[in-house]
Amino acid sequence: MGSLLKNRGWVIGALAVAILFPFVLPNAYFLHILTLAFIWMIAVYGLNLLAGYTGYLSLAHAGFFAIGAYALGLLTVKTEINYWLALVLACLITSAIGAVVGLVALRTREHFFAIYTLCVGYIIYLVIDKWDGLTGGVRGLIGIPVPSNIGPLSFETPLSQYYLVLFFLIFTVLVMYRIVHSLTGRTFIAIRNSEDLAQTIGISTMKNKLLVFVLSTFFAGLAGALYASFIRFIGPDIGYITIIFDLLTYLLVGGIGTLAGPIVGTFLIVAVSQSLQFLQDYRMLIFGPLLTLLIIFYPRGIVGAYYDWRMKHTAKKVKRTRKEQRYFESETVDAEKKVKEG
Amino acid sequence: MLELSNVSVKYGGFSAVQNIDIHVEKGELVVLLGSNGAGKSTTFNAISGLQKPSTGTITFEGSPIHGKAPDKIVQSGIVQCAEDRKLFPQMTVKENLIMGGYVHRRKRKQVNRSLEEAFELFPILYEKKDDAAGSLSGGQQQMLAIGRALMSKPKLMLLDEPSIGLAPLIVEQMFEVIQKINKDGTTVLLAEQNAFAALKIADRGYVYESGSIVVKGSSDELLANDTVRKAYIGA
Repeated sequence: MGSLLKNRGWVIGALAVAILFPFVLPNAYFLHILTLAFIWMIAVYGLNLLAGYTGYLSLAHAGFFAIGAYALGLLTVKTEINYWLALVLACLITSAIGAVVGLVALRTREHFFAIYTLCVGYIIYLVIDKWDGLTGGVRGLIGIPVPSNIGPLSFETPLSQYYLVLFFLIFTVLVMYRIVHSLTGRTFIAIRNSEDLAQTIGISTMKNKLLVFVLSTFFAGLAGALYASFIRFIGPDIGYITIIFDLLTYLLVGGIGTLAGPIVGTFLIVAVSQSLQFLQDYRMLIFGPLLTLLIIFYPRGIVGAYYDWRMKHTAKKVKRTRKEQRYFESETVDAEKKVKEG
Repeated sequence: MLELSNVSVKYGGFSAVQNIDIHVEKGELVVLLGSNGAGKSTTFNAISGLQKPSTGTITFEGSPIHGKAPDKIVQSGIVQCAEDRKLFPQMTVKENLIMGGYVHRRKRKQVNRSLEEAFELFPILYEKKDDAAGSLSGGQQQMLAIGRALMSKPKLMLLDEPSIGLAPLIVEQMFEVIQKINKDGTTVLLAEQNAFAALKIADRGYVYESGSIVVKGSSDELLANDTVRKAYIGA
């Protein structure tokens, strides 16, 4: 388990870069891409809690992302309630639908859970696409307002939106850190380890699985809502199957079941795919084989590989100091012998 | 304290145990003997709620527990220490133990006290408390599994083959510990293939053969029984 203290350098470094970036490189295009990446990271964190820590691979999360986005969009455009109230409601609506889906979905396991949630995700997409009266169907929803002012803070500019999303990302990471390092987090890991074993020590697995499912849809919904108010236009595409596989790729490349994985993976893939923009769809010819190699050699992604490397490194160090100690001890014993003999 | 009457468990069409009657009194140490696949672990799974019996009743302290969820059964005071030392390998020794006290998670003080008791019973676990459980030796893992089971403060402990795959010297220590746990007030139901060692510390025993109980009696009776001697002790 990587503790926050041990990685303090990394955490402070990443935070400083994220905060200072807009001043060092004032580029509207980069700012836009990074803000989007942060939004994806929040969604990937939600997926990570469920798929990475609890071992339930949900493929419905693009659907929940879309529910969050549409909930916010519809509430602000059609009912014109306060933006922040709408944001909270959007997260709650997503979680509530998550709870209902979870109640059924969590009765299945492994492949069947993945397939079932894939179907749920597609159904959510279809509902959004076909329910013209509510969602606007393929035409989508336009005119979603930017977040309303909090006192003197306004969120009209892309820069202020960047910091708003960054704030929510930091909030997400802190919540994840607290969960993973608590008994609740270890309960999720215990369920991933072996559900039978978890049950024999008295864990109600259904209750905990439902809790983690709802939590993870909450963050998918939050990401969706932020997306809606950042892009200000949403169409049914955001709930489509390809989105969940994007999220999953970010998670796998970064490191499934690690705290830093969602940030590393999302950032890396977004950066690489932006810089390979000129290759258009041929990019996938590069991504495909790279992803395959990564899964074969580093199943826990880049962050997992880093942890393994560091563990080996410290193990070697310990071995070396022990060897030196032993050498030193044997020398002193020899010396003592000589003294006695002499 | 625990009463199984006429219990059968089926996996699909195959019945793993048929019409079992077992009773365990408070404070006893009772052993289930039998070879691999005789139905000992299935019986344990039925008691702990992982497997639903197809017929029969299981009562614990007078109230029926068959059909209850496993976590409710742990709360009522029965804990299972599964076969082949199932641990959470990536968690540290200490984290594993704390997970064992899950049902008492709201009572911090009690969990800490149980933790101290576990470390007292197995000092080696204290030395290794920050190591990953997967890095322990077989004997240490078994100690951790037992220590973790004790963390739930069970009235009845189900121990499934604690001696499996351990060196003879460690096995001896393990049985001493089990005897101590029993003397300290925990009722123990033990499943074993190592009949001689188990009967030496047990009060009574049941002998399984392909899913049914064929012989039962006190430890002395079983040690003197010819079929038991031939099948399990080799004399």
